[in-house]
Amino acid sequence: MTHTEKRILVNKLVMVLSTLSAMIGIGFLLWILSILVMNGIDAINWNIFIYEGAPPGYEESGLKHALIGQALLIGVSTLVGVPLGILAGTYLSEYGGIKSKFANLIRDISDIMMSAPSIVIGSFVYAVMVAPMGHFSGWAGIAALTIIMIPIILRTTDDMLQLVPSTLREAAFALGAPKYKVILQVVIRGAKTGILTGVLLGIARVSGETAPLLFTSFNDNFLNTDLNEPIASLTVTMFNYATSPYEDWQKLGWAAAFILSMFILTLNIFGRIILAPRKRKK
Amino acid sequence: MNKILDKFFHMSTLSIALLTLVITGAIFGVLFQEAKPAIDAFGFDFITNSKWAPNLEKFGAWPAIVGSIMSTSLAMFLAVPLAIGVAIFLSEIAPDKLKNPVGVSIELLAAIPSVIYGMWGLFYFVPIIRDLFGGLGIGLLTAGIVLAIMILPFMAAVTRDAMNTTPDILKESAYALGGTKWDVIKDIVIPYAKAGIIGAAILALGRAVGETMAVTFVMGNVHKIPSLITDPATSIPVALANEFAEADEDLYFSSLFYLAMILFIMSFAIITFAKVAFLKRGRKAK
Repeated sequence: MTHTEKRILVNKLVMVLSTLSAMIGIGFLLWILSILVMNGIDAINWNIFIYEGAPPGYEESGLKHALIGQALLIGVSTLVGVPLGILAGTYLSEYGGIKSKFANLIRDISDIMMSAPSIVIGSFVYAVMVAPMGHFSGWAGIAALTIIMIPIILRTTDDMLQLVPSTLREAAFALGAPKYKVILQVVIRGAKTGILTGVLLGIARVSGETAPLLFTSFNDNFLNTDLNEPIASLTVTMFNYATSPYEDWQKLGWAAAFILSMFILTLNIFGRIILAPRKRKK
Repeated sequence: MNKILDKFFHMSTLSIALLTLVITGAIFGVLFQEAKPAIDAFGFDFITNSKWAPNLEKFGAWPAIVGSIMSTSLAMFLAVPLAIGVAIFLSEIAPDKLKNPVGVSIELLAAIPSVIYGMWGLFYFVPIIRDLFGGLGIGLLTAGIVLAIMILPFMAAVTRDAMNTTPDILKESAYALGGTKWDVIKDIVIPYAKAGIIGAAILALGRAVGETMAVTFVMGNVHKIPSLITDPATSIPVALANEFAEADEDLYFSSLFYLAMILFIMSFAIITFAKVAFLKRGRKAK
């Protein structure tokens, strides 16, 4: 075999191997997705939206409690986390800049916190909220989710504000506008689609969190809207139902998994769509 | 008036930005404070002691630490080659028509919550492992595989992004010299994207160490060092998820906080290392 033939052979071999590994990887992922869709569609019916949790064996059992609980947890943590994240990101981009050591420290810490184990954040909130209050509560769950959400929003806001051309800021300053007005009315407005994407991705990310809710908001098999009490979430309900030995509960678990992943995928796709025209312009 | 508002806006954004530092510091502080009784009682022996017996008030983290290390090593061993394969496929081999849809679906799969990977593992993967290897099907091997599948999309996407930064002109020059595709990948793309590829792997490792839900379903939470790879085991996050809501004794709680602190320090160190040593360039280049 000549040297050239050998090189061509090795080349072919690598192409086949890497295509194969791509197919294995993608195959596994398609497998998970198809299982999710098939079990989800099989398990979904109107009862799920009408009834609350029930003991295993009851016809009239659903996920209403978990859907409403999840909406409350995510809704309130969004209301708290989004403004905080945007304002902190604004500080980094508009007052800190890219050269400030302090701003860069916050950027690094936020990057690290984005990948930090969420269960640790759950145990932190347990120590500072659940233990002193003496009981699990929706507020504790919201605190944990907010801590997870802030760094995500902060980093996207920071990145997106930096993309706003400085000539825009200068033009506004030249008109005599004070800095806070320039930021609020020119810079943030100019970056609003980018920030919105960050918000959507942040919501998508916390929606799937289970570990930090296990011992903060805990769970409740019935409808509860009082955030001072333990409250159901789709993820914890999914975990409890899926690990139970009862087939009808497991089925409800799949329904919850399907609804949740569709919600998260929709947010992600939506976030991409609104960001797409910007990218094309570049 | 405007000056006051300006000052006010500046100070309020500053204090919120500071809040992120304060929270991170508070997490370290609170975990340490809560773990203090266990630290006083067991000291560093906690880490190397392999007995975890809540009823006897004896706590040792060794099985959980070993389980964490073994399950994540297994996951990395399986996921790194696959992720690099997927990334090479997406950045160099796939026809343009395939690149985007396959790439986007991999990114979307990275967004699927880990609890769902765990459910899939429990219902569909555990039986396969049980049939193939006997035993319960729940254990280290299953946890490692599920973890590998779960970090694969993230690692593949970041690795592909790193590979895509290779300037076309470098690749074209290599082709013009008569290089095959593999020559170009091995001598141009991989060396150029090396820092990004290693950084992606370490970042994925940092996530895998703290990943809770995907493995909680399939690991078994048995505080024993497994003698077989198919034996049930535990890891730090699995122990936390299973036992936190059940712990009743103060020392039990404190030991769990000790575990949480070890986990936080571990993942903090790994992620910081990935960022500082390998991924710094990305931000500077912007």
